[in-house]
Amino acid sequence: MQTTFPRLMLTHAAERPTAPALREKEYGIWQTTTWSDLARLVQSVACGLHQAGLQRGEHLIVVGSNRPRLYATMLAAQSLGAIPVPLYQDAAAAECVFPITNAEVRFAVVEDQEQVDKMLEVREQCPQLTHIFYDDPRGLRKYIEDGLGSLEELIAAGGVFAQQHPQFFSEEVAKAQYTDVAAMFFTSGTTGNPKGVVHTHSSLIDRADAGAEFDKLTSAEDVLAYMPPAWIGQNIFSYAQWLVCGYVVNCPESAATVTIDLKEIGPTYYFAPPRVFEGMLTSVMIRMEDAGSFKRKLFHYFMGVAKKVGPALMDGQSVGLKDRLSYALGNLMVYGPLRNNMGFSRVRVAYTAGEAIGPDLFTFFRSIGVNIKQLYGSTETAVFVCLQPDNEARADTVGVPCKGVEIKVADNGEIMVKSPGLLKGYYKNQKATDEVLTADGWYHTSDAGFIDSHGHLKIIDRVKDVGRIQGGANDGAMFAPKYVENKLKFFPHIKEVVAYGDQREKVCVMINIDFDAVGNWAERRNLPYAGYTDLAQKPEVYQLVKECVEKVNADLAEDSMLAGSQVSRFLILHKELDADDGELTRTNKVRRGFIADKYKPLVDGLYEGRTEQFIETVVKFEDGRTGSVSATLKISDAKTFTPVKAAA
Amino acid sequence: MTKKIGDVILDVSNISLRFGGVKALTDISFNVREHEVRAIIGPNGAGKSSMLNCINGVYQPQEGSITFRGQKFDHMNSRQVAEMGIARTFQNLALFKGMSVIDNIMTGRNLRIKSNLFMQALRLGPAQREEEEHREFVEHIIDFLEIQAFRKTPVGQLPYGLQKRVDLGRALAMEPQVLLLDEPMAGMNMEEKQDMCRFILDVNDEFGSTIVLIEHDMGVVMDISDRVVVLDYGKKIGDGTPEEVRNNEEVISAYLGTSH
Repeated sequence: MQTTFPRLMLTHAAERPTAPALREKEYGIWQTTTWSDLARLVQSVACGLHQAGLQRGEHLIVVGSNRPRLYATMLAAQSLGAIPVPLYQDAAAAECVFPITNAEVRFAVVEDQEQVDKMLEVREQCPQLTHIFYDDPRGLRKYIEDGLGSLEELIAAGGVFAQQHPQFFSEEVAKAQYTDVAAMFFTSGTTGNPKGVVHTHSSLIDRADAGAEFDKLTSAEDVLAYMPPAWIGQNIFSYAQWLVCGYVVNCPESAATVTIDLKEIGPTYYFAPPRVFEGMLTSVMIRMEDAGSFKRKLFHYFMGVAKKVGPALMDGQSVGLKDRLSYALGNLMVYGPLRNNMGFSRVRVAYTAGEAIGPDLFTFFRSIGVNIKQLYGSTETAVFVCLQPDNEARADTVGVPCKGVEIKVADNGEIMVKSPGLLKGYYKNQKATDEVLTADGWYHTSDAGFIDSHGHLKIIDRVKDVGRIQGGANDGAMFAPKYVENKLKFFPHIKEVVAYGDQREKVCVMINIDFDAVGNWAERRNLPYAGYTDLAQKPEVYQLVKECVEKVNADLAEDSMLAGSQVSRFLILHKELDADDGELTRTNKVRRGFIADKYKPLVDGLYEGRTEQFIETVVKFEDGRTGSVSATLKISDAKTFTPVKAAA
Repeated sequence: MTKKIGDVILDVSNISLRFGGVKALTDISFNVREHEVRAIIGPNGAGKSSMLNCINGVYQPQEGSITFRGQKFDHMNSRQVAEMGIARTFQNLALFKGMSVIDNIMTGRNLRIKSNLFMQALRLGPAQREEEEHREFVEHIIDFLEIQAFRKTPVGQLPYGLQKRVDLGRALAMEPQVLLLDEPMAGMNMEEKQDMCRFILDVNDEFGSTIVLIEHDMGVVMDISDRVVVLDYGKKIGDGTPEEVRNNEEVISAYLGTSH
């Protein structure tokens, strides 16, 4: 489609002026913005920003959660030919400095007081940030700062300007070409500074369209937008595809009300990283444990039926009449109400992406009739590379290439992609661009994987992370840290794992327990504990985790490629790995190298065969203060298994 | 930050309160100016809550008078005081545990509801419209206090810190001119205290309410109050800005003890 986002918006406004574009729950009521309301709002914001001095080609940052007026701001900036750069709203002030300096940002449009405070702090290092506008005035009434103003006033002023210059807005929109830069996304990056991924209108719109065509999305879809808009996943689902399809995007009241809002809206198209699905399953399971024995028995009986029949039904296979009847009964009594409770009553297509999803989790949702599928993509590819067709969803693959995508596997096992949705380049970083984009248009995904016999792509790990065991019994065996970590993380009691083994003689892991799940488990066993650190070091918890590790080892022993990656020793960390401490990226991926340095005594302890190790670490609290946590951690051995040789 | 503190709106003069032979308050005088945050502090049993109960009309002092916007009220009951625009929260939370957050806060609108019981019971047009208006106001408070996720949760199921917020919400629902807070931060952890402080300051800013609060935590009081009254054994021993009070010999000895 040779068009731009503002033009798409204006088309919807012209064709379906009274259809809802956005809904936001405010003061307990879902308030609707129609397409024509939106067009007016965007026009006012655009005129206001123009008056404030926003130039064509200039970057503007948008910081906040999913709010209609922030969406309108992105559209307004694009209407003027400026480039919106959404930043993560939970990033610390220091993390915003690089993007703001890198893109020479003068304009910031932010959500509330929290973000304003952050911008004012950033401004000490970035004096060029002269214009800050906020959406929610609460607590800001008494702020007197240069260049700080409310979006409300900007919109009012812009409205007046629009009346005086009725042609201005449409002329500006008409100037933009589909090949112009539409937006920039900063990738979190596990090392070094983040990189600004530059996308054009055409790359984003093309991918949004390909995805919409794949799943036959229409303007009748309902979507709930609650992940950070700075994440390209959210941006594609609730911005690019929103404008391409013209469906309704619903903004929750606050982060705390998402589960309630989800139930009220009942989205038809849903997108979330695996941990959100995991949270839902955990809460269902915990509540079932607390239910009366009749309900519990009913639940477990019908979940057994669902597990047997559900996935087959979902895949369109034929199922015996008896099974079909018991599934129908289960649907009436258990699955239907359960779906309703989770807000999945109307869901047609649900995607999970960003991380591998556990097979049990995946099967659970499919078995109760939620059409959950996986997709593969990244910021650089504007998400859609591979998608799973409705009847071919598997937990261990990521689907088939979608429209316009070509895939090949390089000699080192790296997946290479060619697609109309590829990035234009990294902003002001030609070197990095040249590293990932070849001259003939192939993009290096840096993921290692292969295409299986059904034509589905399977991802193993990052290419650079795939290592070799050196010395010991498994000398030279392949080691894929993420593969091992994910296998462990699929257990509900384990939240985060860091695995080491490259250039070493065995694989050792550090584990974070899931405080809710293990805490609940401990309470049910009358096991007293004084907090996270105490719970983590209980011998009973070590035993619990040990069983998980050994199950993974047994599983790995059957894998012809990765049998050497079995875990020999493990320990449970005394604190949760946290993005604020730099241990995780903002998208919750472990930063292995950083953690290895920070917890060096622990890693040494693991490999030197000690049975316990003292560690002291500095932690950063959410308000910016720091403190230290120290503990003596136990280190435990785990049983490994002899590899089952795959039949050659 | 600039804040406009206005004239005196609440004047307490020479209050004495006795329960039989026990002198709870002796000859207390102080005033409260419009838009200020005024704290009453003192050790246990100093008479802080009794003082609040006098202003609130729960107790009637034997001597002295209380003037609110030039109007004296020696012998008013708590309802009449509330009608004048003075609201309060309670130290040990007098919420309706079985009722939802919305309903609890709605009770704070009680004095402002004009339609009678009969009209409400039959859900007649005017009564219904009125209820919607009140509900809207309550929703603004819910938004302000960031408790949207608990709208329909029975208050008894909420953690203590949130119940305190609901209690504050109910007082705010009265649209009070003066808000009396009885130990708003008792029993809270550091984070909850910080949240509460922010809400108190925001109420003061956004609603323009004058706030009189009783508090134990000296750190909190000194941070958020404009002026502080110190009571000890029913007598006033200090009055002034946090800085003045902190350096007052008598206050130091009441809190820390002195060597005689």
